[in-house]
Amino acid sequence: MGSLLRMNRLLSSIVDSCNCIIDPQLPADDLLMKYQYISDFFIALAYFSIPVELIYFVKKSAVFPYRWVLVQFGAFIVLCGATHLINLWTFNMHTRNVAIVMTTAKVLTALVSCITALMLVHIIPDLLSVKTRELFLKKKAAQLDREMGIIRTQEETGRHVRMLTHEIRSTLDRHTILKTTLVELGRTLALEECALWMPTRTGVELQLSYTLRHQNPVGLTVPIQLPVINQVFSTNRAVQISPNSPVAKLRPTGKYMPGEVVAVRVPLLHLSNFQINDWPELSTKRYALMVLMLPSDSARQWHVHELELVEVVADQVAVALSHAAILEESMRARDLLMEQNVALDLARREAEMAVRARNDFLAVMNHEMRTPMHAIIALSSLLQETDLTPEQRLMVETILKSSNLLATLINDVLDLSRLEDGSLQLDIVTFNLHALFGEVLNLIKPVASVKKLFVTLSLSADLPEYVIGDEQRLMQILLNIVGNAVKFSKEGSVSISAFAAKSDSLRDPRAPEFFAVASENHFYLRVQVKDTGIGINPQDIPNLFSKFTQSQALASTNSGGTGLGLAICKRFVNLMEGHIWIESEGLGKGSTAIFIIKLGIPGRSNESKLPFVAKLPANHMQMTFQGLKVLVMDDNGVSRMVTKGLLAHLGCDVTTVGSRDECLRVVTQEHKVVFMDVSMPGIDCYEVAVLIHERFGKRHGRPLIVALTGNTDRVTKENCMRVGMDGVILKPVSVDKMRSVLSELLEHGVVLE
Amino acid sequence: MEVGQLQRSFIEYMSSLFNEGFLDAQFSQLQQLQDESNPDFVVEVVSLFFEDSERLLNDLTMALDQPNVDFKQVDAHVHQLKGSSSSVGAQRVKNCCVPFRSVCEEKNTEACLRCLQQIKQEYLLVKNKLQTLFELEQQIVAAGGAIPMMQ
Repeated sequence: MGSLLRMNRLLSSIVDSCNCIIDPQLPADDLLMKYQYISDFFIALAYFSIPVELIYFVKKSAVFPYRWVLVQFGAFIVLCGATHLINLWTFNMHTRNVAIVMTTAKVLTALVSCITALMLVHIIPDLLSVKTRELFLKKKAAQLDREMGIIRTQEETGRHVRMLTHEIRSTLDRHTILKTTLVELGRTLALEECALWMPTRTGVELQLSYTLRHQNPVGLTVPIQLPVINQVFSTNRAVQISPNSPVAKLRPTGKYMPGEVVAVRVPLLHLSNFQINDWPELSTKRYALMVLMLPSDSARQWHVHELELVEVVADQVAVALSHAAILEESMRARDLLMEQNVALDLARREAEMAVRARNDFLAVMNHEMRTPMHAIIALSSLLQETDLTPEQRLMVETILKSSNLLATLINDVLDLSRLEDGSLQLDIVTFNLHALFGEVLNLIKPVASVKKLFVTLSLSADLPEYVIGDEQRLMQILLNIVGNAVKFSKEGSVSISAFAAKSDSLRDPRAPEFFAVASENHFYLRVQVKDTGIGINPQDIPNLFSKFTQSQALASTNSGGTGLGLAICKRFVNLMEGHIWIESEGLGKGSTAIFIIKLGIPGRSNESKLPFVAKLPANHMQMTFQGLKVLVMDDNGVSRMVTKGLLAHLGCDVTTVGSRDECLRVVTQEHKVVFMDVSMPGIDCYEVAVLIHERFGKRHGRPLIVALTGNTDRVTKENCMRVGMDGVILKPVSVDKMRSVLSELLEHGVVLE
Repeated sequence: MEVGQLQRSFIEYMSSLFNEGFLDAQFSQLQQLQDESNPDFVVEVVSLFFEDSERLLNDLTMALDQPNVDFKQVDAHVHQLKGSSSSVGAQRVKNCCVPFRSVCEEKNTEACLRCLQQIKQEYLLVKNKLQTLFELEQQIVAAGGAIPMMQ
């Protein structure tokens, strides 16, 4: 401002000075000239002010991008102003200098203005576009604002959904799920009413199950086939429906405008809908219907995001419901299983108790029954030996027969119960098969000859002589079968044939599940017992092997027997991995009993751990005794010599002593056995045994001591046992006896007689 | 005589000894013990038996001759005799020892003497028989045959 004032003062002074110069000729031209002076002056003033103002304001604003343009403008304007100013001197006669200045000024002005004009061509469009950009940005800002609004709404919705889902899924109880859904939806969307219609069991109606406002739904039903319902069920979107449709008529109708209503389907999924490889297709036809009503008179409308919210919630509800259903089912299954477990446990315990009770009973009865039986049998046989009248003898014989039968029954029952238990195990030994058959034949021949029956035995050549199996039980089976054959035949013959079964003969048409496979170490023995007896009715054949059954014909002939024999045979045969059956063409036509069992073949398998109990000739046994050092103590020379000869014959290295002292002197750890004659009177041989014990201490080192005595009364035996002798043998001793004694001694370390 | 006949007579004789009770199963056991390592076992044992028995019988005679009979001693002798005879299989001799022992316990000298007499008799009989048997054996062996074994 100060510069302006100075300028003004300068100009006024210049005007004053100019007034002095141009005074004389001023009549009419003076006015014009005056006005021109003033105009030029003001123009110059303006011209000089504008750049100042421009500079001042631009300095104030920081953002103006075209500073150099301003400079240009400023220059242009200043020069114009200067021109006009200098014009003031050119009205009158002026010096050459003034002219020059004027010219310079004009030239410069021209230059600058041209340049500026040229520049403006570029600048003005730019300036104009700034404006358009401004407009554009404003529009954009408005748009972004709108979008921001939408996103915020959506986020709100999302939050609501999450919260709803959380609420719904936080429980696995169906009712809570549904109730929560309705409550939360009502709150989020500010609904007037929210209702859920579930399909009834029959599937033809929808029943109002839950509502938001009315706490106890009245149990309204609508038929499921309504068009509006079909429309809703046919799509998974939320559908706007008329407020007048039956499902939406929940409020007391009034004069107001009911709010808009939207309905959405809620699929009710079952466990069976979830296939392993498929997604749960909505092949389920069961839907529930959710109806949502906006408040009346609110003029609110359903927005898209609200509809989306409803759809999402409906899906979540479906999932939650299906989870709840699955959980319910699995809980039910678990409860059922627990019940079954408890029941099974109880049954098992009861069964165990029953088995234990049975076993205890059997054990007790076994002993209790056998003891008196023994007494009866023993005393009856003793009685038989005494003098009896014929009637008495007959009576005693009957008693004996009956008690033998009873004893057999007891044994059978015990055997059978042990067989059924599975607690019976076969005693596997190596035995002579041919000899076994021979024994059976010998046992049955007397009975058969009394009945005038011919018994024949034929063993095929390919049967091995020695086999591995349960000798006793095989004997039992054979005796039973052959015994039956003899028992039930009044005349004719009984033929026993045995051979090693080939694979085709192993198949019994009646037992197709029985497959016998012979191997390196085993073979299958097939035995056939054919008789010409009373035969069996074909109807009875299936029951033959059941316990305690006896057909009419059998019972009437009073054949005796327990009815358990065949059942036991079958069990034994099964234990031997075999099969047994009976064929008969009918009553009076005889019958054939056939069984196949598995037996081992010795020698091929390395069963060295089994005790080899075959009766081999003597020279085999001698090898085990070869060089066995033994000591014989006997005061009788002859007896001593005989015993020595006996032991020497068996291969032992025998030392003999004749007295106690000699014995104690001679005996060493090398002597494995000391045979001591304890019938020497007056000499306490037992002391020798005690001293030997003391000397040699531990069991395995010391010689075994066996007493030879002429009398095996109780006193002698007790004395021997008292001093810790390992055996007592009755003189005279046979070679076989001595052999078996020695082998028993060496095997078990003790001889019991 | 030729071998077969000798062998037949041997068997007959042996059977008669068994049947008449002079010998029992123990004697057969002795025969079984005779093998290549012990070819004269039976003869040796029987000889020893003869020696033993004669000694015992002498001792018994002397003991019973005493004015104060030592029955314990007598009993001991009889026990020995019983043992020997049973080891050899001289059945009848052994059987005589049994009553001998009971009368010894009764301290009945008379009865003892009677028993002694009986034992002596039986002993002589069986000695005779056995010696005959051995002679037969030797004849068979001399004739080149084998001694038949009794079943």
